[in-house]
Amino acid sequence: MLGKGVVGGGGGTKAPKPSFVSYVRPEEIHTNEKEVTEKEVTLHLLPGEQLLCEASTVLKYVQEDSCQHGVYGRLVCTDFKIAFLGDDESALDNDETQFKNKVIGENDITLHCVDQIYGVFDEKKKTLFGQLKKYPEKLIIHCKDLRVFQFCLRYTKEEEVKRIVSGIIHHTQAPKLLKRLFLFSYATAAQNNTVTDPKNHTVMFDTLKDWCWELERTKGNMKYKAVSVNEGYKVCERLPAYFVVPTPLPEENVQRFQGHGIPIWCWSCHNGSALLKMSALPKEQDDGILQIQKSFLDGIYKTIHRPPYEIVKTEDLSSNFLSLQEIQTAYSKFKQLFLIDNSTEFWDTDIKWFSLLESSSWLDIIRRCLKKAIEITECMEAQNMNVLLLEENASDLCCLISSLVQLMMDPHCRTRIGFQSLIQKEWVMGGHCFLDRCNHLRQNDKEEVPVFLLFLDCVWQLVHQHPPAFEFTETYLTVLSDSLYIPIFSTFFFNSPHQKDTNMSSPKRGFFREETDHLIKNLLGKRISKLINSSDELQDNFREFYDSWHSKSTDYHGLLLPHIEGPEIKVWAQRYLRWIPEAQILGGGQVATLSKLLEMMEEVQSLQEKIDERHHSQQAPQAEAPCLLRNSARLSSLFPFALLQRHSSKPVLPTSGWKALGDEDDLAKREDEFVDLGDV
Amino acid sequence: MASASTSKYNSHSLENESIKRTSRDGVNRDLTEAVPRLPGETLITDKEVIYICPFNGPIKGRVYITNYRLYLRSLETDSSLILDVPLGVISRIEKMGGATSRGENSYGLDITCKDMRNLRFALKQEGHSRRDMFEILTRYAFPLAHSLPLFAFLNEEKFNVDGWTVYNPVEEYRRQGLPNHHWRITFINKCYELCDTYPALLVVPYRASDDDLRRVATFRSRNRIPATGGGYESDDAYHNAELFFLDIHNIHVMRESLKKVKDIVYPNVEESHWLSSLESTHWLEHIKLVLTGAIQVADKVSSGKSSVLVHCSDGWDRTAQLTSLAMLMLDSFYRSIEGFEILVQKEWISFGHKFASRIGHGDKNHTDADRSPIFLQFIDCVWQMSKQFPTAFEFNEQFLIIILDHLYSCRFGTFLFNCESARERQKVTERTVSLWSLINSNKEKFKNPFYTKEINRVLYPVASMRHLELWVNYYIRWNPRIKQQQPNPVEQRYMELLALRDEYIKRLEELQLANSAKLSDPPTSPSSPSQMMPHVQTHF
Repeated sequence: MLGKGVVGGGGGTKAPKPSFVSYVRPEEIHTNEKEVTEKEVTLHLLPGEQLLCEASTVLKYVQEDSCQHGVYGRLVCTDFKIAFLGDDESALDNDETQFKNKVIGENDITLHCVDQIYGVFDEKKKTLFGQLKKYPEKLIIHCKDLRVFQFCLRYTKEEEVKRIVSGIIHHTQAPKLLKRLFLFSYATAAQNNTVTDPKNHTVMFDTLKDWCWELERTKGNMKYKAVSVNEGYKVCERLPAYFVVPTPLPEENVQRFQGHGIPIWCWSCHNGSALLKMSALPKEQDDGILQIQKSFLDGIYKTIHRPPYEIVKTEDLSSNFLSLQEIQTAYSKFKQLFLIDNSTEFWDTDIKWFSLLESSSWLDIIRRCLKKAIEITECMEAQNMNVLLLEENASDLCCLISSLVQLMMDPHCRTRIGFQSLIQKEWVMGGHCFLDRCNHLRQNDKEEVPVFLLFLDCVWQLVHQHPPAFEFTETYLTVLSDSLYIPIFSTFFFNSPHQKDTNMSSPKRGFFREETDHLIKNLLGKRISKLINSSDELQDNFREFYDSWHSKSTDYHGLLLPHIEGPEIKVWAQRYLRWIPEAQILGGGQVATLSKLLEMMEEVQSLQEKIDERHHSQQAPQAEAPCLLRNSARLSSLFPFALLQRHSSKPVLPTSGWKALGDEDDLAKREDEFVDLGDV
Repeated sequence: MASASTSKYNSHSLENESIKRTSRDGVNRDLTEAVPRLPGETLITDKEVIYICPFNGPIKGRVYITNYRLYLRSLETDSSLILDVPLGVISRIEKMGGATSRGENSYGLDITCKDMRNLRFALKQEGHSRRDMFEILTRYAFPLAHSLPLFAFLNEEKFNVDGWTVYNPVEEYRRQGLPNHHWRITFINKCYELCDTYPALLVVPYRASDDDLRRVATFRSRNRIPATGGGYESDDAYHNAELFFLDIHNIHVMRESLKKVKDIVYPNVEESHWLSSLESTHWLEHIKLVLTGAIQVADKVSSGKSSVLVHCSDGWDRTAQLTSLAMLMLDSFYRSIEGFEILVQKEWISFGHKFASRIGHGDKNHTDADRSPIFLQFIDCVWQMSKQFPTAFEFNEQFLIIILDHLYSCRFGTFLFNCESARERQKVTERTVSLWSLINSNKEKFKNPFYTKEINRVLYPVASMRHLELWVNYYIRWNPRIKQQQPNPVEQRYMELLALRDEYIKRLEELQLANSAKLSDPPTSPSSPSQMMPHVQTHF
């Protein structure tokens, strides 16, 4: 996953020979390497990274103290990133030493991180795509990690403007082939020394042993078995090579509909109830085939309704819950609230902030996901029911809900290793289409849905509400969300384990073209109504479970539920506000307490070591490691992402006026108050 | 509290706090007694009632009314509910239901409190029990209307610290380097003859003679002349004044805004449209504007050597908010517990914020247009600042909450009356106890473990809605569903680490002593050290 190792910056001068055929026009490739070395500022290239085009005397806008100023430099585009190299390097990257594992510099944008590109023509902002007839005087890049870059091209040579603008547009927006992902050239060039020790490392779930280990850990091995029926992806390419099914389920059943209609085990609770998921059977018109499907499903249901499984509650995530379209629409609105071009925009939207937030629905969607996960937890924990999640391909909301339930119920998932194993199990092996959902290849914008980001935001709510229950912090989650767009980690760049294993693109599946599967509704409708209590009763169960849990003191190593009331669902400020200078709290924010806590932890640990040493021998105490977080009170709330640090201590002042108070106008006029400030 | 079927619900309510506190403070409290009592507190009556809890439904209980509080204990076995409400928080008592009321629990009393909640009791229709309770409550909750003293004058609590000595004007001005070439101390208002709402001791521009001040006073609203709030360095007082209008609304708008906040949080929290409902109260918008004004004032003072004259039309409302917040931003001294007490004592109490009118202590006129949550708004701003700078304040959230609780309770003399001269006439410092006595004799409870003292640090909060939030632990504290963990888990973990550090330091010292005693001995223990002591968990 993320922390596989420190990625060293390759020397700019000795970029390895390209190991693949580029589809870039030859004139775009910069061949004169000497010229690059002669420049004062060197471009750091990763192993396998190739410079494609560049432009000099580009002015990058820097926001400081509510006014913008410019920094001259070079804008370059490689097959991995867009980078701006300021002519005055000393001002940049001076904190590089603090972040040894930083892959992306503050002025680097990976090609996959680019969201929208705008050009400014005669003061007008227009979206840029395809072939341009006219080139803009200013380039604005909105990133998927919500950074906003503005480059002025007015002082750049026309030729260079054309080259860099069309290069950037082409490399970030034109549909790509999977083979062209930087991932492959990087993997070829860089040494990959992965160590896997199942105990202390993330479980990858790519072997039968890993699944058996998980079954044993959760004591699910009494009722469930790991199968290798899909070894070599013989049965289907959607499922992993190994997975777990109910013990009495005949393996032929898996083959029958290429793994569709099969209850696949996710996790077992301490009381024996399990969380299962199932993808719907293919949609058919033919009555004969429908009949066959029906009897097949009846057989499956008989198997899992028989002892030892007892009651199974079916939770259809494709019909009664969120749609992927809703998620995508909400996030598109939500992210716009943070992609802010300038100070005026920030303050203009400030007064309406809460209603803007609400109209995006993003926080409400988070609440609904958390609520659904609590409902399922209640069924498993309080009613000893098995829960079967249904979804068309069981690879979007199934991954989300199943992971959330496990986070709430299984403290192991709240350790870093456990969390990474969970992502590996439910998302990577669960066949979540990262490539399509993140639209990494720009092949079909309609497939883009931030399901995984929604998951991380839900996790953030839990971490924020119960920090001691997690081994990781919000910063870990933020960095994890960033890694979605960094194509040197392969984790989030494939649609399925099969695709990853074979490095081939698989046939596209359309989630939005096909409505929710009628089969589930028609064939299972009867059973669902039998199993699910009336919704009022369900609400009561939920309320009682929820209230009773929150009325007790929290056991961080046990069941963990989030608060889901209006005021409790918050904006993940670290991820969403980190690049906005106006939102920066100088010397404040959560980081202030967290770094004090870390300092204290460091101190306690070093004391512990000293005591340990005393017990062993009278060795001289070792030199203390320098503390990075010293002077924590002076860090900004944007730490460790702060690159827009304000240097002066001037306060930021809102610039927009007062909003009309409507019916309170009469009251408002009753008394005037003013302040006058003495002159200097 | 109200809903409490378990003790956790009670964890930070005002009531329980006072129970714990009275016992901890060593105040007389007979444990066999049914009601906790402060020295000087007397039981008036008790009655069997049904408490209509908005969260858990009707609960049968016995209510005890003293001259200080309303105390209710559940009579049901499965509920440990306790209500402990100082009568001072009551703003209005209404009868609900009449002789013809049929519905269950529809006949009784509805009590509106100043601290964001309502209490409803159902009573039996027979035997005048409602009339009795109504009359007793009215009498003791609104003593001024019945020529009775406020409880603060009956309170006989003793503390080992005297809160009235916390603020000494001359000493505080000296701490700020006053008087100096530009500012002088004047006793012109010694007997409050110049301005009865100002303190006796004033710092005024050096060149303004006492005669000048008298002349100016006649032109200004209620003779309130300009005097130093912050008392910062000045070049030439009031020359070339620059005028800034801060768009901050008046006391009536603030009162209505707070009412709307109560509507969306009590008893139920608006769920599906929480954010837009919150926005429609404008409460945080007002907070934003007050903070913005204070930042502007602080910035003007710190950037140049300019003095700032802050004033509003009358009363020490906006002025007190802006000066005290600006001082909190500029001067780290005021961010300590005692510093903050001095700030409140000086800028609010001494300079004549009209607490009696704004709060309506012991007064039954709940519709009085003079009432307004100006001080609450200030405390909210302080909370917002402490939220943005979690290491900059010596005090914690509980400190701010206890101040607000006793702003209404009338147990202490601190916030009583409108100005210093009235307080002097009533001999408040002699006849009542100061809230600071209670707090300072139990300081540990109100300390922020993350506090890092930084002498010259200027704090500018970000006055953006992106960073402002509703103070849930205050405004929604009666709702058991919203209640947040107390103490805050991160704080708790930090305290654990602090304790662990101290223990290790002690252990290391012991080991050093032991080692020096047997220097030549080889290590004897074969077991790994990790087995010998608990290791720190590195969660976080």
